[in-house]
Amino acid sequence: MIRIDSLAFRYPTGEFSLNVPEFAIDKAERVAVIGPSGSGKTTLLNLIAGILTPVRGTVTVGEREISGLGDAGRRDFRITTIGFVFQDFELLDYLSVMDNILHPYRITVALTLDKDIPERATSLAREMGIADKLNRRPGDLSHGEKQRVAICRALLARPQLILSDEATGNLDPVNKIRILDLLFSSVENHGATLVAVTHDHELLPRFDRVVDFQDFPAEGDA
Amino acid sequence: MKDSFYVAWKYVSFNRGKTATLVACITLILFLPLSLQLLLNESERQLLSRAVSTPLVVGAKGSALDLVMNSLYFGDEVPELISMEASNQVVDTGMALPIPLYVRFRARGAPIVGTTLDYFDFRGVKVAEGSHLTMLGDCVVGASVAERLGVKPGDSLLSSPENLFDLAGMYPLKMKVAGVLRKSHTSDDLAVFTDLKTAWVIQGLGHGHEDLKKADDPQVILKKGETNIIASPKLYHYTEITGANLDLFHFHGDLSSYPITAVIAVPHDAKAGTILRGRYLSGEEPHQIVRPKEVIDGLLQNIFRIKNVLDAVISLVALAMMLAIVLVFALSLRLRQKEIGTIFKLGCSRLTIARLLAAEIFIIVMVSGALCVGSIFFVHQFANDLVRMLFIR
Repeated sequence: MIRIDSLAFRYPTGEFSLNVPEFAIDKAERVAVIGPSGSGKTTLLNLIAGILTPVRGTVTVGEREISGLGDAGRRDFRITTIGFVFQDFELLDYLSVMDNILHPYRITVALTLDKDIPERATSLAREMGIADKLNRRPGDLSHGEKQRVAICRALLARPQLILSDEATGNLDPVNKIRILDLLFSSVENHGATLVAVTHDHELLPRFDRVVDFQDFPAEGDA
Repeated sequence: MKDSFYVAWKYVSFNRGKTATLVACITLILFLPLSLQLLLNESERQLLSRAVSTPLVVGAKGSALDLVMNSLYFGDEVPELISMEASNQVVDTGMALPIPLYVRFRARGAPIVGTTLDYFDFRGVKVAEGSHLTMLGDCVVGASVAERLGVKPGDSLLSSPENLFDLAGMYPLKMKVAGVLRKSHTSDDLAVFTDLKTAWVIQGLGHGHEDLKKADDPQVILKKGETNIIASPKLYHYTEITGANLDLFHFHGDLSSYPITAVIAVPHDAKAGTILRGRYLSGEEPHQIVRPKEVIDGLLQNIFRIKNVLDAVISLVALAMMLAIVLVFALSLRLRQKEIGTIFKLGCSRLTIARLLAAEIFIIVMVSGALCVGSIFFVHQFANDLVRMLFIR
């Protein structure tokens, strides 16, 4: 599903650089990425999602070489193929929970907001236990509820690849298990691949594979 | 595009404070110059059309502007009084038709215009409801006055005392509303018209009381002589003129010495008008004759000179406000970098982000535009009153 070859990245400020010689993830595989803070885990997810462009090397997702695509190509690919659960949820305060979940459909022509999409969003929200919050705004939600909204938004387009950046970070143990269960069951239902950055070593046994970032050479602090 | 507007609408409605401030600023930028222009156009139309249709006005020497404003627009400022003799002088020249005016008193805020029936023919004002002035004590009211005061033919209207604290002054006269004039969209709509003699009765120059020859109450009749009778202040004065007491109303002295404020002189032809004007050029002549159009032109020139200054000030303020608005947008963009980053990460193109921001600006400008149009419409509805308040009173 994902193949990385001789990947090198450096932020324009030049204070941090990441090198990943070779790395591959199979389809439907559930991979945990661990490593110390600032080691470049989020940077790697951004490179896989095409948000960042490598200085050297290639990132291939499925049959598409992301690093070779132009801006528009990477954008369309990201929105149709990847569901990204961001570290700090990245919800928009001025939109309701429902509008946040549907937001990707409203900002790109690559996704079409058909009549069944809001129904699917409602059903997904029900699975996540936030169906009664759909008309609320993110500011009215708890940490765990916000995280579930972000997961709903990531899963709504049924992406083949889900990138999760600390989706369970800052959650209490009960919610942590619940969120992970929801993420896993969604991944299994759609046969998607999951790459999840986590600091929580207790959760690692549930993943198929663990990639430790200490194996990759990095300089500076991401 | 529809989705861009949906998201933009959500943003502007969530950030109500910021949106309201921007809308208020843009509305003001649009509204101020437009409403000012509207008011000036309306004032020019109102002032000039009436001035053009009034050939000459004779009045006491002094402020020509006060004379014209009082005679044409029934403004509050009463010019120095002249006598009816001035009207008779115009008759004597045989060059013009005189229409005497006595615009001094008020009835519930509306100016009372004492004049002759010639005035209505001259202005082309017709009675829409009821009848014309037929009897002493009758009045016909302008359409706006009738509407504002809710009076109709058959109702009564009290004249207001000139000074509330003048206890010894004349009593208010209860006038009978004989008719309501057709709307003319001029100052005539805002006035109450009476016969000149009725205006003099309001002033107390003419009065009605019980017949002294028949009265025998010693507390009322102090002295009865061959040629004169002296009555005490207990003598009852009528405050309303009716069919029953009409004959008891009378005027003392020579009517030609009675006061008026001005005489509209309608020359028979242009030549007569010129000659008539020449007659008032003498330094010994106690009256002046003015062409209202010249006076109003002078006033409008001053108004437009002030308007030019105001335009410059408004332009500067608008420019400063526009710069502030651009700054607000720029700072807002900087504050929204995280949000824009999120939208970008989700897969939004820069063009779509620009479209979202443009939709927000469009909504704000459109709401401001709509508010401005509404406000301008409101000003337009009351333009007549506003012009009167700003330029005539």
